[in-house]
Amino acid sequence: MTREEVLCDLRKKFKDDVIEVVDKSPKRVYIEIKQESLVKVVSYIFKDLKARFNTASGVDMRNHMEILYHFLIEDINLLISLRVKLQKPKLEIDSLVPVFEGANWIEREIYEMLGVNFRGHPNLRKLLLPEEWPGGVCPLRKNYKEWDENAIRDRGV
Amino acid sequence: MGKTTIPIGPYHPLQDEPEFFILTVEGEKVLDIEVRIGYNHRGIEKLSEMKTFDQSTFVIERICGICSTSHPFAYTRAVEDIIPIEVPERAKYIRTIIAEGERIHSHLLWLGLAGHFLGYNTVYMWVWKLREEILDVMEILTGNRNSYAMFKPGGIRRDIKSEDIPVVIKKMDSIVPTLEMLKKAFIDDPILHARTKGIGILSKENAINYCALGPTARASGVARDTRKDSPYGAYDKVEWDMIVTYNGDVFDKLVVRILEVFESIKIIKNCFLNLPSGEIDANIKDIPPGEGIGIIEAPRGECFHYVRSDGTNRPVRHKVRAPTFMNLPTCKATVIGEYISDATIILAAIDPCYCCTERMTVCNNIKRKKIYNGKDLIKLSREKTEILRNKMGVK
Repeated sequence: MTREEVLCDLRKKFKDDVIEVVDKSPKRVYIEIKQESLVKVVSYIFKDLKARFNTASGVDMRNHMEILYHFLIEDINLLISLRVKLQKPKLEIDSLVPVFEGANWIEREIYEMLGVNFRGHPNLRKLLLPEEWPGGVCPLRKNYKEWDENAIRDRGV
Repeated sequence: MGKTTIPIGPYHPLQDEPEFFILTVEGEKVLDIEVRIGYNHRGIEKLSEMKTFDQSTFVIERICGICSTSHPFAYTRAVEDIIPIEVPERAKYIRTIIAEGERIHSHLLWLGLAGHFLGYNTVYMWVWKLREEILDVMEILTGNRNSYAMFKPGGIRRDIKSEDIPVVIKKMDSIVPTLEMLKKAFIDDPILHARTKGIGILSKENAINYCALGPTARASGVARDTRKDSPYGAYDKVEWDMIVTYNGDVFDKLVVRILEVFESIKIIKNCFLNLPSGEIDANIKDIPPGEGIGIIEAPRGECFHYVRSDGTNRPVRHKVRAPTFMNLPTCKATVIGEYISDATIILAAIDPCYCCTERMTVCNNIKRKKIYNGKDLIKLSREKTEILRNKMGVK
């Protein structure tokens, strides 16, 4: 399958799920999809297009939260980034762990760093932060203050 | 027989980095494993959001001392992807040379440690002695053994002098016979076979399911290498082969790494022979709003950086994904069912990344206490490099 066929295929197959396709460069494509169709699209990309999951990156945009799922199709050297926008304050999305195991740790990281809840994750607990880190304090959110009194007190500083 | 829980870490003499493995064993067999990480978490992604694009390069370099080229390489490529811009040819070649030098010393470091984990300390000493020679070469080329500070968005910071090149090539050639000997010592040794063959097998299906990367995946028959699949730098301009083995056990991971060292030497020599002349920096002025992704093949696998800019001089978001993040969870597939004596080498087989290395300075006696400041340290470091250059015959 060539690059054009892949993109055409995705557009046709997921007509109702895709919101916007940004064809940035020959190697990079950003596709915005609806949050409820994530698992469907990802299953197709991972299993049928034989893409490898790179990672997911969560971005706090103040009004909403964006999660980008990056997939690399190595045969055609195309990096597809699926963009999902979550409206605050209800930050919830389906977990990808049932599709492939590689999403396990990164979802735990986004959960603790940005406070996004992953439905259906088998073991959603902290990955990097210490056990006694106060709940609801998310270090990568834009409103996180280093001098957050609770956080500092609970760390014993 | 009852179950027993065995903790390894967070601080353990065999580990070089704080990691906490909780093994549940029945007799000698491992039934379950739990990994806890985060003891080295320093919030670098958050820190990077507070620095300018140029300053971030130095922060990112300090994520890990061993991968001190991979992270800036991926980061600068991500920034260049935002604009987008191509770096000059000469910069591409020099970047490739530095990245491959890092791969050699990183793989040698792991091979030595593997010998150490198996109680084969002769191999450990031999390999690390050889690694010193590579670090000397890197010091000649960049002025430092680790953390080279060669990268900047748009190109490289310092050029390689043409009079250094013959000395470096000679040095590279001189380590090949020792490497050949070590290769035989690794591949033909019956003790190493007994300890590593058929142990900790990661099947191809599991490698794909866990999204394993680099030598860990290539030893399981997943023929994927970012340098071939999505070429960057000068990798598509010089001749080299991807090393793939198919059994997925510890021995195959070892074979992949030692053979990759030879490929890296080949790449470095080819790069020197074809090194084009010209500019080394594209002189980036402003970073426009947008987002960029940089992927490169670090010694342990693909290193991934995502940078988003809003048009100011600082990144809005900088995501760093090191290869061990994807490789470490595979221990669930490899360790369970094995004997506890093999667990350490299986856990080490993915080459978990050191977070930081430090260069030591001499501590003084109590009476004549002298405190070095930054300038003194730089002076000392320059003097040391000068001594090394004289020793290796560089003018």
